[in-house]
Amino acid sequence: MWDYTEKVKEHFFNPRNAGSLESANAVGDVGSIQCGDALRLMLDVDPATEIIRDARFQTFGCGSAIASSSALTEIVKGKTLDEALKISNQDIAAFLDGLPPEKMHCSVMGREALQAAIANYRGEAWQDDHEEGELICKCYAIDSALIERVVRENGLTTLEQVTNFTKAGGACASCHEKIEDVLIGIVAARCEAGAIEAAPAVAAPEPVAAAPAEKPRMTNLQRMRKIEEIIESVRPMLQKDNGDIEVVDIVGKNIYVNLKGACMGCALEAATLGAIQQKLFEDLGEYVRLLPASQLEMAR
Amino acid sequence: MKPIYLDNNATTPCDPAVVEAMLPFFTEQFGNASSIHSFGNQVGIALKKARAQIQALLGAEHDSEIIFTSGGTESDNTAILSALKAQPDRNQIITTVVEHPAVLAFCDRLEKEGYVVHKLRVDGRGRLDMDEYRALLTDRVAIVSVMWANNETGTIFPVEEMAEYAHARGIQFHTDAVQAVGKLPIDLKRTKIDMLSLSGHKLHAPKGIGVLYLRRGTRFRALLHGGQQERSRRPGTENAPGIIALGKAAELAMQHMDTENTDVRYLRDKLEKGILARVPRAFPNGDLHCRLPNTSNIAFEFVEGEGILLLLNKLGIAASSGSACTSGSLEPSHVMRAMGIPYTAAHGSIRFSLSRYNTLEEIERVIEAVPPIIEQLRKISPYWGEAGPAADPASRFQPAYA
Repeated sequence: MWDYTEKVKEHFFNPRNAGSLESANAVGDVGSIQCGDALRLMLDVDPATEIIRDARFQTFGCGSAIASSSALTEIVKGKTLDEALKISNQDIAAFLDGLPPEKMHCSVMGREALQAAIANYRGEAWQDDHEEGELICKCYAIDSALIERVVRENGLTTLEQVTNFTKAGGACASCHEKIEDVLIGIVAARCEAGAIEAAPAVAAPEPVAAAPAEKPRMTNLQRMRKIEEIIESVRPMLQKDNGDIEVVDIVGKNIYVNLKGACMGCALEAATLGAIQQKLFEDLGEYVRLLPASQLEMAR
Repeated sequence: MKPIYLDNNATTPCDPAVVEAMLPFFTEQFGNASSIHSFGNQVGIALKKARAQIQALLGAEHDSEIIFTSGGTESDNTAILSALKAQPDRNQIITTVVEHPAVLAFCDRLEKEGYVVHKLRVDGRGRLDMDEYRALLTDRVAIVSVMWANNETGTIFPVEEMAEYAHARGIQFHTDAVQAVGKLPIDLKRTKIDMLSLSGHKLHAPKGIGVLYLRRGTRFRALLHGGQQERSRRPGTENAPGIIALGKAAELAMQHMDTENTDVRYLRDKLEKGILARVPRAFPNGDLHCRLPNTSNIAFEFVEGEGILLLLNKLGIAASSGSACTSGSLEPSHVMRAMGIPYTAAHGSIRFSLSRYNTLEEIERVIEAVPPIIEQLRKISPYWGEAGPAADPASRFQPAYA
């Protein structure tokens, strides 16, 4: 059985705010019956202040889906809609002291229900950018949908590239065969379509340079500005937890940073760096490494 | 309160008599059966006795037809691969969509390597279409592998009849019988079944021991290569404590065969009727007229299985579910899907699997425990109204990306 935290169990056995809300003026229905998780989130929003006065949920789903729904309603009550929109799925998972990697999608569903409900209140159409596939890398919780997308968008052909771009397969390595299966499927289709030369897709002896060739190259200055811009964008998140980050130097694909304030020595330091590195991959479209500045001294 | 174990199709506790029989073979009887000295000799004699006990349970003609393996998965893989390797002119496999992953996942792998796999479909009750089966029997088929009884619903397949058809066409027939052995009387010498898998831990022996029955004269290629153990068909020093335990468990299963089909069946029926009488919008899955006496699979509509299991577990009741969430996959059980059970019911299907150790008092407790749990979860289900299922539940709630 799953290794649920006490908080998850507590919110499953005694869910808060379960049931329907008569006074709801914002409703979000998300989830997939096929996958066995679906959630209706109901909010009572004060039209004058946009403060969420009350929140209830109805969930068809497993223990962690019910616990995530319960946590979500507790988190949003008393917040304004704009504040509520900033809630991430990690916030929901953190509220529950964490979720097993296979169950992180329950917290994603919570965040999506919130976005859908707020869109519903504001009379906007909610764009569902949801994608989900079989969980491939259990160490970093990376699923097949993400791997497929990154492989397609960047024209990846080797296992090593997939690991560089997504982290999938970077730890225990037991998912390498599954990653190769995903690669083989996509590469075969691309070969058939004439998009690339037929070549050994998996056991390529010389890995292709990891930089995606299709994107126009930035100048060094543009690239550095872009990196700074991305780092700036994550600072508010760290500052909220009384931490901060600054870029010290950029050497090739290595970006050296200082974590400051509460981030220093935090048990989640590695995870924080990992998440920011992931964002850098995605926004820069190239593989980079985010390293503590202390390693810059060593490198010199 | 004493916990109630109703998950015997997943695994069973070792019978105390089984543990007692195996214990000496860890310490004073530690010898290697291949050795000539008295340490080994005693073990060899005990292995021979165990082999005879299993031969009796399966009704095998010769004791040399019993090959000890590490369990059901190894036996299944060995049987299928052997048939392909031993008959290189045949490259097709016939199996069913509802097999255990030990067969299905292996067939998927073989398919990637170029073999042709035919998967027989099932109807809403989990039954096979014999006409579809017979039409597939050609001289390109190396092996038919069909489970004797389904682990999720208990539905029994007519494997003896199917083996006759296969035999008539010169095709090897294998059955994964891990759920059937010990619950149904089996007499292999009267059948045309060439190979059969059994797993110790499903019949009160330990994990890590199993058997591949291999009919004398069946062309065979070993999976492993090494010493002369099991007549070189499964080399590796014998798992003596496990084999001796399995022998004892087989003997006990013979003694209790009637119990399974009288007492256990009575308790299973009582449980199923009791729950169905108290819980609305619930239905049993599988072939109710032809299934294992210990298994009941009930779908509870509009709720999800993992929640049910967690709440049952809190009351000390152990069962299992075919929902996606309990396995960490994205889809509900392949067996439920193959039977065409709607998603809103497949995710809420719960398997209760009994054993001869369950009591009437336990079953009565479970019958009392289940209805409030379903009610509690339905209260927070978006498909459920104040007093019952919402009128037209599917249109009441239509989540995005459903």
